[in-house]
Amino acid sequence: MALNLAEELSSIATNVAASDWKEAIRCAGDGLVAGGVTTEDYTEQMIEAVEEHGPYIVIAPGVALAHARPSESVKKGGLSWVSLASPVEFGHKSNDPVSLVIGLAALDHTAHIEVLRAVAGILSNPATRCGLDAAASPEEVRSLLARAASTK
Amino acid sequence: MKIVAVCGMGIGTSVLLKMNAEKVLQDLGIDADIEAADIGVARGAAQTADVVLTSEELAPEIGDVPAEVIVIENFFDLDEIHKKLSAAVR
Repeated sequence: MALNLAEELSSIATNVAASDWKEAIRCAGDGLVAGGVTTEDYTEQMIEAVEEHGPYIVIAPGVALAHARPSESVKKGGLSWVSLASPVEFGHKSNDPVSLVIGLAALDHTAHIEVLRAVAGILSNPATRCGLDAAASPEEVRSLLARAASTK
Repeated sequence: MKIVAVCGMGIGTSVLLKMNAEKVLQDLGIDADIEAADIGVARGAAQTADVVLTSEELAPEIGDVPAEVIVIENFFDLDEIHKKLSAAVR
């Protein structure tokens, strides 16, 4: 059985209103902070990463994987999930607009690989992805993720 | 064959790229060593690599390297990675 992503997520928020990409990343950062994963500095570092390197964190149509380097602002590894009420533009040529922001914090370069594998497995399945996009509550997201993990 | 998967921080997108590229190479029956790296490390690693996998935003930052630089748009799309990688390693 694949790793159950629902158990790895430190916070899930659905139908979040964000007016631009910075606000969307801040919501993902707030989720990490609320879950005791990072400090608020990490949120700013995730935004700076995009300012420095561009919107490369938009890794697939509609999905941004917000993250920054392992640093003192990371207390433990973790993930947050933010689905947006209205998609926002990150300035990515082919994958805009973004409707799902996943915040990722890692203590080193390898510890979270299984979690990323689970994220990739789930989001690369079009049917699961479609269901998750339509999910209206954190409970619904959790149950869809748990189901996806148990059917693999 | 040596392949470097590159992202800005070396923890997120490059790791995803590495995973999916490994799946594709397995399908293609190609034995390759894939390394995930952040952009700073990658500039050095790319000097000795055969192929560099990255996103469009980061490709120009890698600079002038002997390796073939492949730009991936959708990191979850195994078909895209398959198509681009098999053309490069042929």
